[in-house]
Amino acid sequence: MDTSGYRFSKTHEWVSGPSGKVRVGITEHAQSQLGDVIFVELPQPGAEVSAGGKFGVIESVKAASDLYAPASGKVTAVNEKLAQNPELVNNDPYGDGWMIELELSEPASAELLEEAAYLEYASSL
Amino acid sequence: MSPDPQRTPLYDRHVEAGAQMVEFGGWSMPLQYTSMREEHLAVRNDCGVFDVSHMGEVHLTGPGALEALERAVTNRVADLAPGQARYTLICDEAGGIIDDALVYRPAEDIFTVVVNAGPRPKDVAHLREVIGGACDMVDITDQVALVAVQGPRALELLQPMASIELAPIGYYHFAEGELNGLKATFSRTGYTGEDGFELFVDSENAVAVWDAVVSAGARPCGLGARDTLRLEAGMRLSGQDIDETTNPLEAGLGWAVKLDKGDFVGREVLLRVKADGPARAFIGLLPEGRAIARHGNAITDAGAPAGEVTSGTYGFTVGRAVATGYVDAGHRQSESYQVVVRDQPVNAQRVPLPFYRRPRD
Repeated sequence: MDTSGYRFSKTHEWVSGPSGKVRVGITEHAQSQLGDVIFVELPQPGAEVSAGGKFGVIESVKAASDLYAPASGKVTAVNEKLAQNPELVNNDPYGDGWMIELELSEPASAELLEEAAYLEYASSL
Repeated sequence: MSPDPQRTPLYDRHVEAGAQMVEFGGWSMPLQYTSMREEHLAVRNDCGVFDVSHMGEVHLTGPGALEALERAVTNRVADLAPGQARYTLICDEAGGIIDDALVYRPAEDIFTVVVNAGPRPKDVAHLREVIGGACDMVDITDQVALVAVQGPRALELLQPMASIELAPIGYYHFAEGELNGLKATFSRTGYTGEDGFELFVDSENAVAVWDAVVSAGARPCGLGARDTLRLEAGMRLSGQDIDETTNPLEAGLGWAVKLDKGDFVGREVLLRVKADGPARAFIGLLPEGRAIARHGNAITDAGAPAGEVTSGTYGFTVGRAVATGYVDAGHRQSESYQVVVRDQPVNAQRVPLPFYRRPRD
């Protein structure tokens, strides 16, 4: 998956671009920490999310974690495949493991990290 | 400051294989290699292999061994035939569970007690105190490695490498032989609910045995899958489901307690518990929907506090969350309860254990 345009939050979510119609998911680091994903609780299309706000819950064998929106906007689509195949989040977190599609209401914050900076951050934890 | 975790002879193999390592019971062990789901399903459908060398082995020998051991454990051991093993509890004077264990009897005056890694120091102290000088007692944990080969294909996978016929070894029985020329005790036991063999080998041969089993097609599996497998199979985890604050009768393990066999540590208290009825009951629960109940979650009965979850996870074979825990005697008759998961009560049906039983031919 070409992640070159992606932006990353320090809470380990990614957004596929800084503006317009984008996808959101969790990072490779996050899926590795979580272990096998069992359930992903996601909002309905039409819901509004705001940057830094909780948009769902991800439950793995180990624990449940809140999901935080990296940017603000309206949910236009939800990855229906995750209900039957939550392991997509583990196996392809940047591609088929995407969670929601957003129409951003404003450009993503400049504080989000580019990939190299995020990888450095994640490896320092 | 706690000491560095101990390493089994197979540590390097786990790290080389890319396993995520965790500390468990004072040992550095593989949590998972690829995915708990894949490892769990490999054991249910094919063949998996676990390094369980962190478990403890205590060797008792001499004419006084039988009588001494009978006083130290709750189950009867006098009628164990050579080549037979039996599950038992090790209790303290208050009837609390120090550990659960398997007692092996290779010969009339020889016993090996296999205990869990974390409680091993307490087990050894208890055994020393009860046994005293009645027989020779040696903790042989460091000389022994234990490799558990589990799954419907375990026997088929091991037989070509084994010097003895494995099929005639019955469940909870064991036999000495060789695996690829290396001395091994083949024990038809396990902690997964599947068929399989636990191989006791000398520590210096552990790597060779592991490599042989993996090359033959067994999938390395970690403690994560071990936990989801054993919970589906309704097995207790020492230190989590059973400990010094629980007695065997309330834990549903009365079948491993022989109150009529003569005196043993904890017997007096357990006789009273039996007469009065246990104060709690260990139950199985199936939470509804998408909630996974976990250790420490409250159990309520029509909203009233009733108990607590001791183990909970997602059962990859049953395809839903599974949980076990204790409810107070006054609430033991209900058919359904609620488990409080992240402050939300979730309905949970009470079911008899195990959650999963392997298909029998």
